[in-house]
Amino acid sequence: MSNPVLSVRNLETTFTTKLGPFRAVNGVSYDINAGETLGIVGESGCGKSVTSFSLMRLIEKPGRITNGEAILNGRDLLKLSESEMEQVRGGEMAMIFQEPMTALNPVLTIGRQLDEQILKHRHVSKKEARDRSIEMLRLVGIPSPEKRYEAYAHQLSGGMRQRAMIAMALSCDPKFLIADEPTTALDVTIQAQILELIQDIQEKFNMTVQFITHDLGVISEISDRVMVMYGGQTCETATAKDIFNSPRHPYTVALINSRPKFGHRVDKLQTIEGSVPAPHELPRGCPFQNRCPNALEICKTNRPPLEKMGANLVACFNPM
Amino acid sequence: MTNFIIRRLIQTVIVIALLSYFCFYLMTLMPGDPVDLMIQSNPRITSEDVARLRNLYGLDQPTYVRYWNWMSGILQGDLGYSRTYRIPVSDIMGPKLVNTFVLSFASLALALIIAIPLGVWSALRAGTKTDYVIGFFAFSGVSMPSFWLGLILIIAFAVWIPWFPAGGTETIGVDHGSWWSIVTDRAYYLVLPTVTLAYISIGRFLRFTRSAMLEAMRNDYIRTARAKGLSRVVVIWQHGFRNALLSLITMVTLSFSGVFSGATITETVFAYQGVGKLVYDSIIANDFNVAMISFMISVSMVLIFNLIADIMYSFADPRISLS
Repeated sequence: MSNPVLSVRNLETTFTTKLGPFRAVNGVSYDINAGETLGIVGESGCGKSVTSFSLMRLIEKPGRITNGEAILNGRDLLKLSESEMEQVRGGEMAMIFQEPMTALNPVLTIGRQLDEQILKHRHVSKKEARDRSIEMLRLVGIPSPEKRYEAYAHQLSGGMRQRAMIAMALSCDPKFLIADEPTTALDVTIQAQILELIQDIQEKFNMTVQFITHDLGVISEISDRVMVMYGGQTCETATAKDIFNSPRHPYTVALINSRPKFGHRVDKLQTIEGSVPAPHELPRGCPFQNRCPNALEICKTNRPPLEKMGANLVACFNPM
Repeated sequence: MTNFIIRRLIQTVIVIALLSYFCFYLMTLMPGDPVDLMIQSNPRITSEDVARLRNLYGLDQPTYVRYWNWMSGILQGDLGYSRTYRIPVSDIMGPKLVNTFVLSFASLALALIIAIPLGVWSALRAGTKTDYVIGFFAFSGVSMPSFWLGLILIIAFAVWIPWFPAGGTETIGVDHGSWWSIVTDRAYYLVLPTVTLAYISIGRFLRFTRSAMLEAMRNDYIRTARAKGLSRVVVIWQHGFRNALLSLITMVTLSFSGVFSGATITETVFAYQGVGKLVYDSIIANDFNVAMISFMISVSMVLIFNLIADIMYSFADPRISLS
């Protein structure tokens, strides 16, 4: 196995609330290799976004990273000072967000928002930053980029805004990109274009990507490997092919079965029984126990470790 | 843009004209007129004299005729004559108006200089001790009546520690000195009333800034800005405050329209030669021309600053276009 670009170990992010502290991310470990795309899937509230924000160190109060390490290119992100972290954010590591509608500042031009990042990370003149910004806008397929450079967010469509966000994220040649549901808020046709764009760019610049989504279709299309999360923990990690062809964790199986199948008309879509427990009510042991068809006694008391089962890494005492 | 401004200016003129007639009409409804005051002070006046005087001043004519006479005078630059002081309105109001504007703008500027940074700071520390201390300071100002605060400041900084004069506008005879000595003398007299007015208005600006800033900092684009690696200072001021400014502009600009009338009590406490007391006296004493000019200034200030707020808003927020 090649050297991982990012290596996360036992990441733990805790939110202190009136109902007591809860771990939104509870001991997550994974690696991403150079040039690889890791897809992270899970339901809302499973901790996939918090994992990404923890890597960026953008967790706001009352949240706090309470344990673990995240080694990016040999440096532990969680131990960097705030000013070192500023250099990493937007430089070595960049992030694109779910909502292109609100993720851009409405009162600053697109160009201004691109320029400020380039000026922060590169020692260039304003003129050079402008040229670079326009070049980036062209690269992500925005027509007449010189004009869009002067535009404000409200003058662009949703797809164009997401392209501008991508241009921004890529403007300082990050080696590692986090995409947090970048296509969720977009129309299906635009979704496909944006996915294609991310794949193109990844190949062109040999970028490593962590792609977060709850859409299994998107995951199968874009990722090399997939990590399934539930209740702040990793359920299963495997290659995209193995996740869909031979899932082992009962949650992964349930998730895949709940996708409507093309060409099969059914009266009722399949769902996973029960609902995600509230974060502060997560049970001891396996977080999925109350909805799991395979649950054993031991699941109630012990947390299953992530172990190799066939080609997959699975955290389950009684896998499928 | 230009079209918008021209259209709004025309509207403003029409509104001022309508309101001026309305005010004029209200004044005529007040019991008594200047001749009644003359009767009181002259027991030997005859009813022929009264009729002659009413005719001389045009008081026997219908309201619209009197309004028309008054308005045509105004348009020709003749603001009329103060019956109480027996000098032209412009002579008595001019200098006092300037004094009031100086006091009001100075206190507004001071209030904003203090309120905006404290409001931002308070928002960034929301829910902490800092926030509560700043909040206490803000509310203490809002809840203090200006005459009380003014008196306390006089006792503290004019009587106990005699740093500043207890009242007045300038030292007698200073206008013979150099230009610089006039300015410093004025500033010296301005300190206590300015602080009084500023302190009572800081609370409003501060709490408003705080909530605008809190709202701005909750937006997704703040997270984007941080994810780009921008420093906290840049994120706060260029992304957060820049957006909070949009709602601040409206509030600050509109509060400028109140500078004319907001200082009356403070002016009285500090015996400051402002326009507030003059306006009050003129209404009580039926000094028609002075009162009307005061109304006109008040009305115009509100309308003009509304227009300015709209124009400034369109510059600050690219999503708003005036055309």
